Amino acid sequence: MEPIIIEGTPKTPTVKFDSTEGVFEIKGRSIPENSVEFYKPLVDWLDSYKESPLTKTVVNIRLEYFNTSSSKCILDVLKKLEAIHKAKNEVEVNWYYEEDDEDMLEAGEDYESIIRVPFKMIEIVE
Amino acid sequence: MSFNIENYFSDQSNGNIILFYKGNVDSDVINHVLDTVEDKMVEVNEQSRFRKKVYNVLVESLQNLYHHVDRVPEDFEDQAFEKYGLLVVKKVEGGYKIVTGNFVLTENKEKLEEKIKRINRSSHEEIKELYKFILNRQRISAKGGGGLGLVDIARKTGNKLEYAFKEYNDKYSFFYLDILVNKEN
Repeated sequence: MEPIIIEGTPKTPTVKFDSTEGVFEIKGRSIPENSVEFYKPLVDWLDSYKESPLTKTVVNIRLEYFNTSSSKCILDVLKKLEAIHKAKNEVEVNWYYEEDDEDMLEAGEDYESIIRVPFKMIEIVE
Repeated sequence: MSFNIENYFSDQSNGNIILFYKGNVDSDVINHVLDTVEDKMVEVNEQSRFRKKVYNVLVESLQNLYHHVDRVPEDFEDQAFEKYGLLVVKKVEGGYKIVTGNFVLTENKEKLEEKIKRINRSSHEEIKELYKFILNRQRISAKGGGGLGLVDIARKTGNKLEYAFKEYNDKYSFFYLDILVNKEN
């Protein structure tokens, strides 16, 4: 599978999905007006990855901001990971939030309560 | 009597206006507004955590305009734009006010007002649950919105959504949303 490597912009995150490594990353800001357009290729990629995943997949989500329209797309990404987990593969989500950013911590907890995949909440201390 | 969308602000003189914009709300305008307000907050040394909150609420307010405005009335002075909106960002005691304005078709007014009233009746916990419910159950609409913007604004600010509808004619109202982002919450 071709990896997905996308450079971040002020409105869209840096993305690294590489099926040979098993550590995926979404990092930066995610506030595009049209978030579906940005996330659809990622969701589709995960759909293919799901067919023969590595035994362990770690996903690092380290967002500074995301808008509500991205929040639905991020849920779609997480749902694909949930399916991989359900098929007896190890999946772990590391949800990073900056020190004192309770909104970002709560956002991670929202997903944790919806998605049946182990989450780790990691505070970034400057 | 002529209709002036800026009348709403004449009795709201408190606070320093950081930004006033009326016109087309497209992606470039949104970028520009976000950069301007972010720079301004850095300049006055707002705490990073508070800055983020204001920024987040501003993103949602602008993208609400971007995704949801109805077309301007046929007889309105400004016909050039498809997504006509008004935005004011003010520094007030303890925080910032973000006021948006846009035309709403009368047929859409009731639904919008119901939504706001529902949010305003809810406790913080209920708003969190509502957010999760919408996040998990509703798909992104044809207009590109997720139906979460107002809920998110109420959740992040911890304040009630103040709003007003001013009748423009029998087909249109002008809708003002008046958001306070303050440090206490």
